[in-house]
Amino acid sequence: MKSFKLDWLVLPFLGVVAVLILWQISCATWAKDLPTPAKTWETSKPYIMEPFAKRGEMDQGILRFTWYSLILVAKGYFLALIIGTPIGFFLGLSKTFTKAFDPIIQVLRPVSPLAWLPLGLVLFMGAGKNASELGALFTIAVCSMWPTVLNTAVGVRAIPQDYLNVAKVLKLSRSKTLFKVLIPASLPYMFTGFRLSLGIAWLVIVAAEMLTGRPGVGGFLWQEYNALIYEHIILCIVTIGVVGFILDRLMSVVEKKFKAA
Amino acid sequence: MPYLELQNVSKSFGGVPVLKNVNLSLEQGEFVAIVGFSGAGKTTLISLIAGLLKPDTGTTKLNGREITGPGPDRGIVFQNYSLLPWLSVFENILLAVEAVNPAWTADQRQAHVEKYIAMVNLTPARAKKPGELSGGMRQRVSVARALAMDPQILLLDEPLSALDALTRATLQDEISRIRSETNKTVLLITNDPDEGIYLADRIIPLTAGPGATLGPSFTVAIPRPRDRKSINHDPHFKQLRREVVEFMLNSKTERRTAITKKLILPDIEPEDLNIPRTMTAWRKTPIRKREQQEESVEVKS
Repeated sequence: MKSFKLDWLVLPFLGVVAVLILWQISCATWAKDLPTPAKTWETSKPYIMEPFAKRGEMDQGILRFTWYSLILVAKGYFLALIIGTPIGFFLGLSKTFTKAFDPIIQVLRPVSPLAWLPLGLVLFMGAGKNASELGALFTIAVCSMWPTVLNTAVGVRAIPQDYLNVAKVLKLSRSKTLFKVLIPASLPYMFTGFRLSLGIAWLVIVAAEMLTGRPGVGGFLWQEYNALIYEHIILCIVTIGVVGFILDRLMSVVEKKFKAA
Repeated sequence: MPYLELQNVSKSFGGVPVLKNVNLSLEQGEFVAIVGFSGAGKTTLISLIAGLLKPDTGTTKLNGREITGPGPDRGIVFQNYSLLPWLSVFENILLAVEAVNPAWTADQRQAHVEKYIAMVNLTPARAKKPGELSGGMRQRVSVARALAMDPQILLLDEPLSALDALTRATLQDEISRIRSETNKTVLLITNDPDEGIYLADRIIPLTAGPGATLGPSFTVAIPRPRDRKSINHDPHFKQLRREVVEFMLNSKTERRTAITKKLILPDIEPEDLNIPRTMTAWRKTPIRKREQQEESVEVKS
């Protein structure tokens, strides 16, 4: 099909309309319990129109919930970067280290966040009131650090021998080699890892909140399921999707900055 | 006593000899060119002198002391420039100056760097990144970086091979000028006999690999400054070129009777800095895959 003016706006709009129609048809035919689009909008309206309202612990505007989730994700994500990047560097630099720890990493990497969370809760049982937050942070960090670890390792291994030769010939000190050669050379790879990690961190937060019942998008979703307000489940799903999309776009912009440099 | 001395140096990769019984000696202030075929082991030879590789047998000595590792007393200009693409021209050279003269003040370093940027006529491009420069300009930066380290000997590893003929001629003249200004000992590795004869005091052919070794040394008795146009008609130049080329070709036909062997080809492709380092690069294999690759070379009998 020929592209026309405003097709970037019109075509996605048509796509949304098509999905809404399918949704409506589903409500009328096989999914009787699924709220219709109109009803979903009607019930969600107060949460969207007053996005920062706080009516109770588990009854707040959707953006306020999103904000709680984002704060927790930010903490866990930075924890993942702080732990994951050095591990990636060691893996990239040392063959011995790789041989020793690569099997463990490959085994731990596919473990679901749902499996890590109970362990996190057990680990921080002594923390009392903070146990659920620390457990969630642990889960986010453990689950989201793998892309950072692996991409950093690949980036370090892919540093051209020429650059390393320069460092050798100049007899640069260890710290200078690290900051002037190794880190700049592997930065593009590292940022790819950072972006993937952020995506995973956002996936994990929802699961973590659902299991711990913390206020946040995921916690709200689970509570409204139990309260039989199914419209809000859809509201939460859309919110989670949109926020995840925005986060990914933001990281892409940062990535591009480093790609250009 | 010779300034740089290699005695019976041999080096093989994976059981395949690359260099065999190489003997070389350079006097202080001498400009020596080594000419050889592609893949004959030229880069291996310079890596040995640079200390990036260790010889299997034999000794390498600089100024009477054995070479044990890389060091800033040997300034190297690599064929593929080896500039750090995230640093500007100024910063690339500054990195070397800082490494060699840690005790200097910031002003001293800056002045030193500027001096060498000026020496290679790159002052207008001092703030540019290597990716924004042409091949010839990048190689000048590389030369300036090597010189700014104030090395005892300058090792030029096919510095001009990746450049077009005109840029090549300009840079040859520039190397010649810089050399007469600084009076450094220079070892030039090249695949072009004309370039070797034009620039050097002595020219030594490297036989065809595998198991390459150095041939006899030919003294270039053409007075300096040499003129590019008239040198082509100089009978001594013509004879020298004929002798060197003949020696190299003969060494190749001798080798042709040898059986097929595997050898490690040094990766002589210059890295293309114009290609942006994409974010999707993690999907790709490492940039320098061929570096240690084994290749089987057909040798006709």
